[in-house]
Amino acid sequence: MIQAFAFYLFATLMIVSGAVTILARNPVHSVLWLILAFFNAAGLMILVGAEFIAMLLVIVYVGAVAVLFLFVVMMLDIDFAELRAGFVKNFPLGMILALVLLCELVLGIGAYRAGAMQLGTADGTAAPLAGASNIESIGALLYTRYLFLFEAAGILLLVALIGAIVLTHRQRGGVRGQNVAKQVARRPEEATINVKPEVGKGVSL
Amino acid sequence: MTAFFQDFHILWISWLHVTMSYEAAWTLATIVGILLIALPLMLGVAMIIYADRKIWAAMALRRGPNVVGPFGLLQSFADGLKVMLQETIIPSAANKGLFLIAPIITFTVALMAWAVIPFNSGAILANINVGLLYVLAISSLGVYGTIIAGWSSNSKYPFFSAMRASAQMISYEVSIGFILICVVLWSGSFNMNEIVKAQQGHVLGLFNGFVFNPLLFPMWVMFLISGMAETQRAPFDLTEAESELVAGYQTEYSSMAFALYWLGEYANVLLMCALNATLFWGGWLPLMDIPFLGLFPGVVIPGVIWFLGKILFFFFIFSWVKATVPRYRYDQLMRLGWKVFLPVSLLWVFLVSGYLMLTGHFS
Repeated sequence: MIQAFAFYLFATLMIVSGAVTILARNPVHSVLWLILAFFNAAGLMILVGAEFIAMLLVIVYVGAVAVLFLFVVMMLDIDFAELRAGFVKNFPLGMILALVLLCELVLGIGAYRAGAMQLGTADGTAAPLAGASNIESIGALLYTRYLFLFEAAGILLLVALIGAIVLTHRQRGGVRGQNVAKQVARRPEEATINVKPEVGKGVSL
Repeated sequence: MTAFFQDFHILWISWLHVTMSYEAAWTLATIVGILLIALPLMLGVAMIIYADRKIWAAMALRRGPNVVGPFGLLQSFADGLKVMLQETIIPSAANKGLFLIAPIITFTVALMAWAVIPFNSGAILANINVGLLYVLAISSLGVYGTIIAGWSSNSKYPFFSAMRASAQMISYEVSIGFILICVVLWSGSFNMNEIVKAQQGHVLGLFNGFVFNPLLFPMWVMFLISGMAETQRAPFDLTEAESELVAGYQTEYSSMAFALYWLGEYANVLLMCALNATLFWGGWLPLMDIPFLGLFPGVVIPGVIWFLGKILFFFFIFSWVKATVPRYRYDQLMRLGWKVFLPVSLLWVFLVSGYLMLTGHFS
């Protein structure tokens, strides 16, 4: 009973917040509704027993990606009239996208109804680790069977990371940075001088 | 005593299950558990604010609050009452809905993470497999209370402060993540209770706690400092730097909304202290794994007392630092987070996993 209640709560909230994400007039509100949708998706993940994925969803999407979205959207000065003007022009493209998504959805549900696909070892027996927690099973799969794909994804991300830095980094001259090691290594003798000038005479440095 | 705390949640459910359905029993037991944690926590926050002010005053050779009640003990309650009677002011330019939701988010999130903190062996509200990840997830939500407050206030200084706060919290979450990975590697579990149990007799079979391990000690120091940055306590309280930003993201807030920020902030600080105790100092375990040399036969200090004592000790460190260390500059804060903590913690993940592989910890 509780599971059904929780499922309908999460599912309804997720669909509603997803819809409001598109419909909200203020882009900041849109992002906040999107965050609510992520959060409810995490709740659904917990209901199917994928607690690790749920936590990762919250940490990665809600905790990092959405914060960056919010950052950008808050600082943007968006002209709504201009955004609306592109609506008619982009309408056909949007419809095509919607149709493709609808086809995929129908196909996906059809495939699901046709029976589960045989995922697992070569002889067709599925290999979920009995009694192991989420993290252990994912780790066992990721670091044995899909090791190459996993490493390839890591290298891809690294390349993207370096690429982003290379594209945006520019050397600026004349910046007075702080050299902490130099400051720490500085001794009183180098930094101060003790002079006893005579009366009426100044000190020249 | 200990038997009573043993898996108290399950115990209660089975006890209630006699008279009602399992689901009703579960709901009731969980609600009671939440109240059992949240109410003492709120009382604790009130007293810890008093303690913070007293410690700070003592270090500045002042008296601190000493008027309301004996030794000023009731000062926080007087403040709370005062704040409740004040008028809630909503700036006319503010985004009203978000302006009111923001403090509620901060306060709720500060309470939520306590669900997975073990107070004693088995005395844990939600004994889930991914407890540590849950803490990380919830603490990453805390940034929304700040960022929404800054934006919805529609005011200059709160917005600056929100930008600072979110950049700061994201930066330090990265290194905290790597530090936690070191702990998880050694304990072999994300479950908070298992992490505490893994620390029993960790060093030479004598000391309970990862902090006594020379390889993990630097990680604890970094975790303590990162915790200060994460909760925006001094010396990293740049979001509330009054010389630059008036009062930071709370500038436009008054009455109960302001109080919610205050309570949430201190609940977060207590949570950081609890995490320090749980992850590095053996949680509810005694500091040493010997029955105190047989000085007091039959006297067993309950785990809750050990745990609360450790929390208070770490809170004293937090107060101490607040009273003595000057505030960082923002570029220094970012340098510490990205150029010192991140590489060092990354290196330590490598070192710890390498050591564990070499010594055959995983086989």
